[in-house]
Amino acid sequence: MRIIVPIKQVPETSKVKMDPETGTMVRKGLASIVNPLDLYAIETALRVREREGGKVTVITMGPPNATFALREALAMGCDEAILLSDRQFAGADTWATSYVLAKAIQKLGEFDLILCGERATDGDTGQVGPGIASWMDLPLATYVSKIRDVSEDGVRIERMVEEGIEVLWSPLPLVLTVIKEVNPPRLPTLRQKLNSLTADIIIWGPADIDADPENLGLHGSPTRVVKIQEPQVVRKAEMVYVKQVEDAGVAAHRVVAFLKERGLL
Amino acid sequence: MKKPEGEWKDIWTLAEVNRQNHLHSLSFELLAWGRALADQRGSRLCSVVLCHNLLEGELEELVTHGADVVYVVKHPQLENFVPESDARVLSFLIKKYQPEVVIAGASTTGRTVMPYVAIKTDAGLTADCTELAIDAETGNLLQTRPAIGGNIMATIKTPDARPQMATVRPKSAHPLERDLTRQGEIIHVTDVPAEAFTAKMQFEQFIGDATNEMPLEDADMIVSGGKGMVNSQNFVILEQLAHILGGAVGVSRTAVDQGWRPYSQQVGLSGKTVAPSLYIACGISGAVQHLVGMKTADNIIAINIDPKAPIFEVADLGVVGDLFMMVPLITELIRQEKSKEGQRHG
Repeated sequence: MRIIVPIKQVPETSKVKMDPETGTMVRKGLASIVNPLDLYAIETALRVREREGGKVTVITMGPPNATFALREALAMGCDEAILLSDRQFAGADTWATSYVLAKAIQKLGEFDLILCGERATDGDTGQVGPGIASWMDLPLATYVSKIRDVSEDGVRIERMVEEGIEVLWSPLPLVLTVIKEVNPPRLPTLRQKLNSLTADIIIWGPADIDADPENLGLHGSPTRVVKIQEPQVVRKAEMVYVKQVEDAGVAAHRVVAFLKERGLL
Repeated sequence: MKKPEGEWKDIWTLAEVNRQNHLHSLSFELLAWGRALADQRGSRLCSVVLCHNLLEGELEELVTHGADVVYVVKHPQLENFVPESDARVLSFLIKKYQPEVVIAGASTTGRTVMPYVAIKTDAGLTADCTELAIDAETGNLLQTRPAIGGNIMATIKTPDARPQMATVRPKSAHPLERDLTRQGEIIHVTDVPAEAFTAKMQFEQFIGDATNEMPLEDADMIVSGGKGMVNSQNFVILEQLAHILGGAVGVSRTAVDQGWRPYSQQVGLSGKTVAPSLYIACGISGAVQHLVGMKTADNIIAINIDPKAPIFEVADLGVVGDLFMMVPLITELIRQEKSKEGQRHG
């Protein structure tokens, strides 16, 4: 089984701080990590390989330091890592990003499964996985919560939707985007971590993947960011303070009175 | 990306059909979004319905809720959502009729079919928009959405490529009032090529949610807990309050990450967007990621020990205090109110 896992290196968004003066993100001291939701895709790939045999290739598009994310994936047990890095790739939206990833995957040759995380925690779009499927005209299942069975004939999966679970079957190859329910990601062992530090990483540019320069980076992207601002969410709250036990009863009565005023009781 | 040839007019919304073969309420929310844009743009609002056994009379409901035109494609392959075929059919319609804007729900369907179609049609696509507007100068669609984990709001446009596509979160708009006097045209599109209805992926089975719980998005009152709940056992006090209110329990991401509650109850950017009549946030500090999922609730009460918690900035009523003292007390008072009420109506 030949498995490809496209991943993304992202800033650790849970620790992102905004500069109140400028309204921009404070990038200083912000660690780069593997998109946490991609770890579930890597784990799924490793489990399929453990059962069926084969090879897992992890691939990312990003700046040269995105090798960090690839090494993390190698440490978890992936066999091969490819970095797509070039100035021409910079500024790509999801359309242009999925184009480059699809071209690189085509270049890799035969494969059975492309496994993606549900979305990246920085962009939060979830559009690149489906985009890769579309560029390559492949079957696609998103929000995959379980892989029921895999064989050379095909794969049967469960997909979590609003009203319940869908069971789908597809022949290989195809694209799956997985959610947290699929399985908890493993932690690399110390030895794997050490080995990953010296592992070879293949680096490709536009010419290596026969990419059309018209489709690359900001130039090839249909969308443009025109403005960035801090979110504004303001209501004027009536505040009640419970400083000592006696205040609690007063506050609770105020809550109930509020519910009645608003016609909620 | 260059401007494609063609007229590229009209605002489109993608309707969704539920398992009972009714239109999903999301279809009508999208018309509210689309109507505002179409009026501003002076163009028609069209709703697209891909279906098989949609019940009689449903299509007319799209007209009474704001659509000028309804494009319908009926085919057995469209009974269940399969990205390959749904995307092919929608791409065909887009190439044929050339809409300027296509809006879908940020549902599991919309978030899957739209990126597939965006590649096939060379369109710009923005996910999870919380605001849509027309740029008065250029007529471009301005799409605003949270990014970087909700820490910023980014406004995005598609200057040249067409269509301009966007998904918007379910429950982020109220459907327009039903207007029985509205006139509209229902067009059954029958020239979709047969190969569009083929897919390698096969739909095998649907398993309904066995928990029988009310889906969080449908609850009219939500009592939510976060980090301040400390452990899973403590959620029983929120369940009691939710029960007496006839509502449901929601949670912040922390509570899910800690394993206290299931993901299906998560409110926020990486969970669900809710817009209930009442949202009571208990021990939730109010990270922007959470706020974007609940700030459109009609009434918000926040209970938190920290007077500086950002949750108070979106609340109508804030209680600075210990939730373990406050929640049971409030529940008890409501119980008394309800029993008084019961006696009166005896």
